[in-house]
Amino acid sequence: MAKNPPHTPETGLWNQLNAWMTKGPAGYTFLSLYTLITSALLITNPRTSLFTDIVFVLFLLLILAIYRSRVALGFKIALAVVALGFVLPYFGTLNPYYIDVATQAGIFATLAMGLNVVVGFAGLLDLGYVAFYAVGAYLWSIFSTDQIGNMISGATPVGAGWFYLFIIIGLVVGGVFGVMLGLPVLRLRGDYLAIVTLGFGEVIRVLAVNLDKPVNITNGAQGIKDIERPPLFFAPALKALGFNLDNNQLYQIFFYFMVLVVVLITMLVVSRLKNSRIGRAWTAIREDETAAIAQGIPLVRMKLMAFAVGASFAGAMGVIFASKQLFINPPTFDLLRSISILSMVILGGLGNIPGVILGAVLVTLLNIQILPRIAEVLRSAKDAGLPIPQSFDPTQYQRLLFGLLMILMMIFRPEGILPEDRRRQELHDHDDDPVEVSTS
Amino acid sequence: MVAEANVSKQDLQRQRTLQTLRTVFMPLGQLILFIIGSAVVLGLIVVVVAFFLSRSDPKIMQTAIAILPQVMIDGMVRGFLFATIALGYTMVYGVLEFINFAHGEIFMVGGFVGAGVAYLLMQWGLLSTLPWLVFVVIALVVGMTVSGLLAMATERVAYRPLRNSPRLVPLISAIGMSLVLQDVVRLIATSSPLGFNARFETPNFGKPFQIASIPLGERAIPVQISPKAVIFIVAALLMLLALNYLVNATRLGKAIRAVAQDRATASLMGINVNQIISLTFLIGGALGGAAGVLFGMNIGTVNPYMGFIPGLKAFTAAVLGGIGNITGAMVGGIVLGFLEAFVASYLSLFTGGAFSGASYADIAAFSILILILIFRPEGLLGESTTQKV
Repeated sequence: MAKNPPHTPETGLWNQLNAWMTKGPAGYTFLSLYTLITSALLITNPRTSLFTDIVFVLFLLLILAIYRSRVALGFKIALAVVALGFVLPYFGTLNPYYIDVATQAGIFATLAMGLNVVVGFAGLLDLGYVAFYAVGAYLWSIFSTDQIGNMISGATPVGAGWFYLFIIIGLVVGGVFGVMLGLPVLRLRGDYLAIVTLGFGEVIRVLAVNLDKPVNITNGAQGIKDIERPPLFFAPALKALGFNLDNNQLYQIFFYFMVLVVVLITMLVVSRLKNSRIGRAWTAIREDETAAIAQGIPLVRMKLMAFAVGASFAGAMGVIFASKQLFINPPTFDLLRSISILSMVILGGLGNIPGVILGAVLVTLLNIQILPRIAEVLRSAKDAGLPIPQSFDPTQYQRLLFGLLMILMMIFRPEGILPEDRRRQELHDHDDDPVEVSTS
Repeated sequence: MVAEANVSKQDLQRQRTLQTLRTVFMPLGQLILFIIGSAVVLGLIVVVVAFFLSRSDPKIMQTAIAILPQVMIDGMVRGFLFATIALGYTMVYGVLEFINFAHGEIFMVGGFVGAGVAYLLMQWGLLSTLPWLVFVVIALVVGMTVSGLLAMATERVAYRPLRNSPRLVPLISAIGMSLVLQDVVRLIATSSPLGFNARFETPNFGKPFQIASIPLGERAIPVQISPKAVIFIVAALLMLLALNYLVNATRLGKAIRAVAQDRATASLMGINVNQIISLTFLIGGALGGAAGVLFGMNIGTVNPYMGFIPGLKAFTAAVLGGIGNITGAMVGGIVLGFLEAFVASYLSLFTGGAFSGASYADIAAFSILILILIFRPEGLLGESTTQKV
């Protein structure tokens, strides 16, 4: 059997096609046509249906195609701006459901990138990541509603304009909580760390449920409602341009763009960090802690920094999430949420930023679009008389999905869909057995 | 000459028996010591705190002391629950240095199988006629078998292919396995007559044993322990003894210990490492399953998500006692159980109802985990180890 080194390009039909489609004139034509056709299909079929779902997924995959292709950078950016900056928001005004899906995917992409700093870069498995998100969300919810009056007597909710400042505060508070969790657990080995962070996540959730007595801070299990939204400063301008949109549509587009901007900033920060001195130190710690210490890397400071950076993204995103949702309660921040973010990171490719974003988009789509669709199909199949268990509703079996995803990814492709080069080498160290088929 | 040799041989034989007896029963002594120790320490803390609080409200002292015996009994039952689950974590950790995250779910499956057996027996009309001991034994044997085999299967499917991967890889796979088991059991349970919250039918075990009755004002606070709790404790103790015998006094146990010490060398000595690891999962899983059956019997209902929190706390117990150490796991479970029972009962009493004790007991358990890991990562009974490079 021929031994294939993992990095030589394979010569299958798919790969040839792939290479031909992604560069040169064919690439430009393909991408432009792809954008045109999917956009046209989306805008002409705005009703929620299976067909639109499929087109929507294809439309989002366009971004991946643009990223993977080898065309001029300017062309890539232009296409991405057209797709994400114009087509998608316009489509959102026609059908609010899809732009909400896109916004959620963006929120999770940011969270996944933050978790990726901790798990992917520094190799510290954090199972309580959603706790930081909860901290950010509760921060804005408490300060923007009457809850603040319970905590500090006589205090009134802050105005809507404070929102932007609170994103920064959420960032800082998230980072502080990250350090607070990091300090006691830093000396622990990887698997202990996982359990402690899981416990920390549970503690935050239990506190959120129980801190309605003796002083009502979190309003307990009922959650906090009527959370303030930021002012719509751009509404008059849009109206002047001739777009007649109601408040809900405006907010949807507003949050979409806000999340998009945050995703871009996060991408920039995280990728700059990754290629910096700090990022290389994280990699060194991940690969061999002892060797890293021997090289003079300040272990404690670097680990704390990983925790703080990861947590701060979650804290800032929490503020935006609370204000977008208008209502939060403790079950929003349960362990399953942490696990789903983790499975995004794992699915996409630990350590690789585009991979993680892809994972976030895929899992979000799977979660809020594909699973309900399958449920619908199953229901109609059941009505048609096929033997499907009465109680089986795929949307209720997220755990099964995430669990299978994690096991299968770990066994068959631990480096994820879009792997990072270094990690692929690391994970396939032992693959010198010629019988094993190379997975890349 | 011959006679002399015979005598020394007999001596040797007797010495060896004594040695075995000591290794088997010594942990029991340690366990009792820790039970008494934690009861006394926590009791004293309660009395001291109650004394300071009773200046403002004299009734607190009375109430605190009156409920003390019952809290101790509850703590012991809780402790034995954590202890039996913790045994599975600690055995697997000892052999593979790997946290079997799905162990809480193995415990849950045990509970469900027990409930299923009870349901079948009820359907056949045998439940009320069966003597309780027979019922307990049937439920335990079936539950232990299924859980043990399931644990073995999970190892074969989800952990063995990843044995030489970086540390986090099998851990993530184990988390995935835990989620899969939860939902598979839920799928099976909700499409069977058991339902999501399955009732665990039992024959009539009789009334709780009344140990004492403490007068408090006009009322009398009874101190009682249910027969199911007694069965739980006795079964847990028997399992500890059996496990101790197996690990410390048989050839098989020697093989397990050898694999735990050094896998490569053990395999060079002719030990089938894969078999031993499978066996470790089987034993750990069977113990977890037994805990599940006994727990379900005690509580009266089981549900697919019930394994998660006890699993987490049992892991805490295993770490508290010194992970990899069998007696340590028992001791850790007992201490944690006592602590939780005390927090659950006294927190709301001492804070005048401002904090509900039951929900802060979880926080107490995790705080203990963090404190232990910071100040004594090797646990109460563990030996300190240095990380190998």
